Amino acid sequence: MSPPIQVPIQVPIRVPIRVLVAKPGLDGHDRGAKVIARALRDAGMEVIYTGLRQTPEMIVNAALQEDVQVIGLSILSGAHNAIVPRVMDLLREKDMLDVKVIVGGIVPDEDADALKRQGVAAVFQPGASLDAIVAFIRQSVHA
Amino acid sequence: MDMAVAEKQHTTISGVPIEPLYGPEQLRDFDPLRELAAPGEFPYTRGIHESMYRGRLWTMRQFSGFATPEETNRRYHYLLQQGQTGLSVAFDLPTLMGYDADHGLAEGEVGKCGASISSLEDMEILFRGIPLGEVTVSMTINSPAAVLWAMYLAVAEQQGVDWQAVSGTLQNDILKEYIAQKEYIFPPRPSMRLVTDTIEFGARHTPRFNPISISGYHIREAGSTAAQELAFTLRDGMEYVEWALERGMQVDEFAPRLSFFFNAHSDFFEEIAKYRAARKLWAYAMRDRFGAKEERSLKLRFHSQTAGCSLTWQQPYNNVVRTAIQALAAVLGGTQSLHTNSLDEAYALPSEQAVTIALRTQQILGYESGVTNTPDPLGGSYFVERLTLDMEQAAGDYFRRIDEMGGMIAAIEKGFPQSEIANASYRYQREVESKEKLVVGVNAFQSEDQPIELLQIDQTAEEHQVKKLAALRARRDNGRVQKTLDALRRAAEGTENTMPFILDAVRAYATLGEICDAFRGVFGSYQETAHI
Repeated sequence: MSPPIQVPIQVPIRVPIRVLVAKPGLDGHDRGAKVIARALRDAGMEVIYTGLRQTPEMIVNAALQEDVQVIGLSILSGAHNAIVPRVMDLLREKDMLDVKVIVGGIVPDEDADALKRQGVAAVFQPGASLDAIVAFIRQSVHA
Repeated sequence: MDMAVAEKQHTTISGVPIEPLYGPEQLRDFDPLRELAAPGEFPYTRGIHESMYRGRLWTMRQFSGFATPEETNRRYHYLLQQGQTGLSVAFDLPTLMGYDADHGLAEGEVGKCGASISSLEDMEILFRGIPLGEVTVSMTINSPAAVLWAMYLAVAEQQGVDWQAVSGTLQNDILKEYIAQKEYIFPPRPSMRLVTDTIEFGARHTPRFNPISISGYHIREAGSTAAQELAFTLRDGMEYVEWALERGMQVDEFAPRLSFFFNAHSDFFEEIAKYRAARKLWAYAMRDRFGAKEERSLKLRFHSQTAGCSLTWQQPYNNVVRTAIQALAAVLGGTQSLHTNSLDEAYALPSEQAVTIALRTQQILGYESGVTNTPDPLGGSYFVERLTLDMEQAAGDYFRRIDEMGGMIAAIEKGFPQSEIANASYRYQREVESKEKLVVGVNAFQSEDQPIELLQIDQTAEEHQVKKLAALRARRDNGRVQKTLDALRRAAEGTENTMPFILDAVRAYATLGEICDAFRGVFGSYQETAHI
């Protein structure tokens, strides 16, 4: 009888998804952003939380430096129509449109549709589940 | 319905376990004289007035403001016509952060979260046709509170109203900004100096005005438990008292005009216990920790607002029911003033229809429910008295921990209240995610929604405000403005009370942004360390 053949098995190394969670504009309501950041971290992602009062420029620069795959914007102030397009423009300028942008906060349906037409990957409105957000990020990054 | 979930431990929304039954066993060592007394008697557990709502109902005070001061003024007249009994001003984010409507950082934000107020001119428009000697006005403003207050006092002056007669409240609670609401401008110590300036100025000039509304609402909205809301609020209050005493004031000079602001959240009995414990804790603290002698120094007066964070995007009409239950808790807890949220809270600022229902909710409570016929109707309930004692104890534990850290500013610098809140907030979110805690319409009993009519605020508000500012800057005496700003800067650098200097600047039509920039130059700007 010949000896058993040892075949080396290739184990795929899971590289954690890198996410930037940011609070753009003057809005200081950070409960949601912090909860999401923690949930993503618990789900095995690497999360960079920028903190408050970020300009679109600061956000995109941080995303570039941190080499993230996802930018999460939390906006409850109603300023999303001014802020988000600016972020998308900057990403386009810097050839970073492979970075997925997701928005969470107080965004009415019509505005959400408009943002998605501008390239935002998803808009999560109040009541969205943590699991759904994690699942969306996983599916959209690995797509 | 999952049976395993139904058999879970019964806890309040804050995670406090509740017994299967409350009876004499739970109040074995209960001393009614120490814990309770009568309404209007120390320690005021049962209420600060002998007759409470039999004598006079709470003030119905809907927090309100959007777009331009012109539009907000119209809404104020509407609300007063509909039977509201006090005004409450909501300012937009640029105003809250001390920026004029034409500042770069104000772009896209003007008028979205409240009224845009950049100068005395805007304040005049805001109160057009509203007699400040007769209507009480609360202003939700913090970092630049002294400036907005100066504008308000200048309008009163223009109306010929004596400052001795003006009545209202300034939120002006900077400590909770670092803890929860995050609308800080300057670092903590210079900000506390400004707050102390207003408390001192108020003690001398505006005996009927509350220069501060020490707040728990925002702490709770950020995700804290009820006990944390109570403890951090009262401990913030004690910090303000210490600063005022340090300034050289006598406690009874200013303590009667310290006021408070609590959340009215979903767990009905927990909230009632919280308010009762608050009055008792404050009475003992003022008497024993600070040596206050005046009765009015010992009586905790509070405004409450139903919990915005509990209202849902899904099935928004359900929010009318939530708000009614929360409002009832505040009334049974003895609130002096109340704001009820509108059903469209998760979507936008209140539409006219939605805020009318919210106001009617208070009126129905006040005039139809009968709960106002006697003070503290739930006093003597085994459950409520036990919960009140437990709440008092939980808060006392937090006082000790914060004292050991060196006080509230030290605790904030260590990140203590912030991390307590973040942990409580995450724990609750996990409970919702796992359906340990149900939210009707969100993680249970979902159904199709009908769209609702929302208040729209577009860019025309910003355009209007920017144009107005340009015209103001062109026609005012800019030399005079500069002189007042220079004097203000010198006062800020020194130790004089800044209020008279702010008043001079405001009367010269210096803008909010210009005044705050003068302060920024002296005090610096605060940068928070981002923590999850």
